[in-house]
Amino acid sequence: MKSSTASSPSIRFCAVVFCLAVWWLLYRHLSEVAVWLTYSAFGLERGSHLGASVEFFVFEVPKVLLLLVLVVFGVGVVRTFFTPERTRRLLAGRRESVGNVLAALLGTVTPFCSCSAVPLFIGFVTAGVPLGVTFSFLISAPMVNEVALVLLFGMFGWKVAGLYLGMGLIIAITAGWTLGRLRLEKHVESWVYENGTNTDAAEGPEIPVLCWSDRLQAGATAVREIVGRVWVYVLLGIAVGAGIHGFVPENFMASIMGRDAWWSVPVAVLLGVPMYANAASIIPVVQALLGKGAALGTVLAFMMAVIGLSLPEAIILRQVLKPRLIATFFGVVAGGILIVGYLFNLVL
Amino acid sequence: MKKIQILGTGCAKCQKLAAVADEAAKALGTPYELQKVTDLKQIMSFNVMSTPALVVDGVVKLSGRVPTVDEAKQLMG
Repeated sequence: MKSSTASSPSIRFCAVVFCLAVWWLLYRHLSEVAVWLTYSAFGLERGSHLGASVEFFVFEVPKVLLLLVLVVFGVGVVRTFFTPERTRRLLAGRRESVGNVLAALLGTVTPFCSCSAVPLFIGFVTAGVPLGVTFSFLISAPMVNEVALVLLFGMFGWKVAGLYLGMGLIIAITAGWTLGRLRLEKHVESWVYENGTNTDAAEGPEIPVLCWSDRLQAGATAVREIVGRVWVYVLLGIAVGAGIHGFVPENFMASIMGRDAWWSVPVAVLLGVPMYANAASIIPVVQALLGKGAALGTVLAFMMAVIGLSLPEAIILRQVLKPRLIATFFGVVAGGILIVGYLFNLVL
Repeated sequence: MKKIQILGTGCAKCQKLAAVADEAAKALGTPYELQKVTDLKQIMSFNVMSTPALVVDGVVKLSGRVPTVDEAKQLMG
C-alpha cells in the first residue's frame, strides 16, 4: 500500500501544517468576512430581514464546511488505525457488558459501510465475538458518525451534539446487551456457523503496515469522498435555517411535534425506522423542525431512527438473520430510541 | 494468466473497484481473467470482512476501499 506519488513524507507533512494554519486563519475571521460580504459587497441594509438571513448564510456555510473538513480528515486518519480485523481481534472472546461498551466505542472509529454489514457480522460471530456485542457494534457504527456530530455541533451547538453522541452510545450498549441476554443465537441462519467457530478466522487477511504519509493520504481521501458527497445537504440545511424565518409561523410544528404532544415521539420513531438516509441529508429536515418549535427529543429520536435503522438494512441482514431476530433487533433499538426521545423532552 | 477476483455483493463501490482493476490490468498488459464474486458464502471463504475486496491469484490484496489505478497496478504486478 505504499504510495507511489512523488511527494515525499516531509513535503506532505509540511502541507498538512500549512493547511491547518490556513484553516485556523479562515475560521477566526469568518464573521468579519460574512459582515463585509453582506453589507459592503452585496450592499444589503443593516438590520433588515434579508440582510440578517444572508449574513447568517454566508457565515454558517463556510463555518460548518470548515469544521466538516477538519473532523473528516482527523477521523479519516484515526480510522487507519482501526481496521475491522483489528476490532474483531479486540472483541473476540470478550465478556458481555465490557464487550458491549468496547464494541459501541469501536463502532464509532472503525471504518464501516452498511453494504458490508453482512460480511462483518459473519466475520465477528464466527471468530467468537458474542452476538450481543456484535449488535452493539452494528448499532453504533452507522448511528454515531462524525458527519452527524459535526453538523449537529455546527448548527445547534455542543450540547445537542454531545447528547446525540452520549445517547447513541448508550442505546448501542444497552440494546446490544439486551439482545445478548435474549439468547437469540438459534435465530441466526445456520449456514453462518456451518464452518464452526473458527478461531483461525481471527487472523484474516494480512493487515498492511502503513506509514504516516499513507495515513494522511487516507484522511485526504476521506475529505474528498465525504465532503464531496455531503456539502449539498449542508448548504440546504443552512439555507432552510436562514430562509424559513418569517415564512412559516414560528410555532407551526409545536402543536404536532412539541413536547406536549405525547404521541409525537412514537410517531417520529415509526416514521423514521423504515426510512433510509445518511446523516447529512437528514440535517435540513432537523433544522426545519427544530426552528419551528418541534421538541429536541422528538427530533433527535427521528434522526436516530432514520440513520440507525432502515428497511434496506433489514433486507440485507435477512441473509444471515431469521425474521424473528431482525424483528427483535429493530424492536429493541427502536424501543431504546423511544425512551431516549421521551427522556430528552422531559429533561430539556 | 492472472486471475483477478472482485469480492462484493454489488454495491456501487464494488462496480468501481471492478472498473479500476480492469483498467489497471489492461495497462499492465499481462493476460488476465476478471471475475466478480457476489455469493456471500464464497466471499466469506476469503475471510474478508469489508467489501469490496480485490483478490489476485487467490490472495486478498485489499479490502474495504477502492484504490487508484496506479495502486491497483502495483498490487497486481
